[in-house]
Amino acid sequence: MEAFIELWQILLVVVLLILAFFTGRIAELRHYKSIKRREHALGDLVVVVAKTLPPMSPAPATKLVRGSAVISVDYFKRFLARLRMIFGGRIHTYESLLDRARREAILRMQEQAQELGATMIFSMRFETSSISKGRKNAVGTVEVLAYGTAIIPQG
Amino acid sequence: MITSTLETVPDKTIIEHLGIVQGSTVRAKHIGRDIMAGLKNIVGGELQGYTELLSEARDEAFERMIEQATAKGANAVINVRFSTSSVTQGASEILAYGSAVIVE
Repeated sequence: MEAFIELWQILLVVVLLILAFFTGRIAELRHYKSIKRREHALGDLVVVVAKTLPPMSPAPATKLVRGSAVISVDYFKRFLARLRMIFGGRIHTYESLLDRARREAILRMQEQAQELGATMIFSMRFETSSISKGRKNAVGTVEVLAYGTAIIPQG
Repeated sequence: MITSTLETVPDKTIIEHLGIVQGSTVRAKHIGRDIMAGLKNIVGGELQGYTELLSEARDEAFERMIEQATAKGANAVINVRFSTSSVTQGASEILAYGSAVIVE
């Protein structure tokens, strides 16, 4: 009986891994496609990290804009990451997670700025935090916030 | 109220510094959202519930900062920064802070 339960548990993990491999892959590919399309569309709205504004006349209006995204990796990638933690080294699966979250956050901030009629975003800053650092300190879910000052030309 | 992450306001000069203003809020996750998040943890993808939750929390922190600035008689908050930290498992603190100033 015990052997049967153990076997069932292993089977469940394997099924979850297979399911997560496909769903996670599809979700990531779809997300990257949408990110690339929107990045192309918003290419004119320049985002700058610098703090000093070039002289503009008439003086522009400014407004704080922000965008954020909470994104989670799938079970399969988390499993790979946990294996990686034994040997050390680069964890590719988490790199793509953070890349997606950061680009998504910038896009949302840019969309907000575009609605205000801004042409640039100055003094952009990032803020990253991990959510659900629960079991065994496995990160897995991150929130990225991007914020900056939208420069809205007047007149 | 002018809010900005820049150190100055274009075409205006700072006539008085009124010190730091801040607003914060601590939020816990909702159990219904947690179940959905649990599912998303397996399949991967964006946790929209959490994105909204944190966005609302940030709005509130920001509002509180503005209230404080208004009470001090400021008309602008410059150099605004956001900060997030997890207090305990399942709750996070969101902080917005900046310098309250009077510009002319």
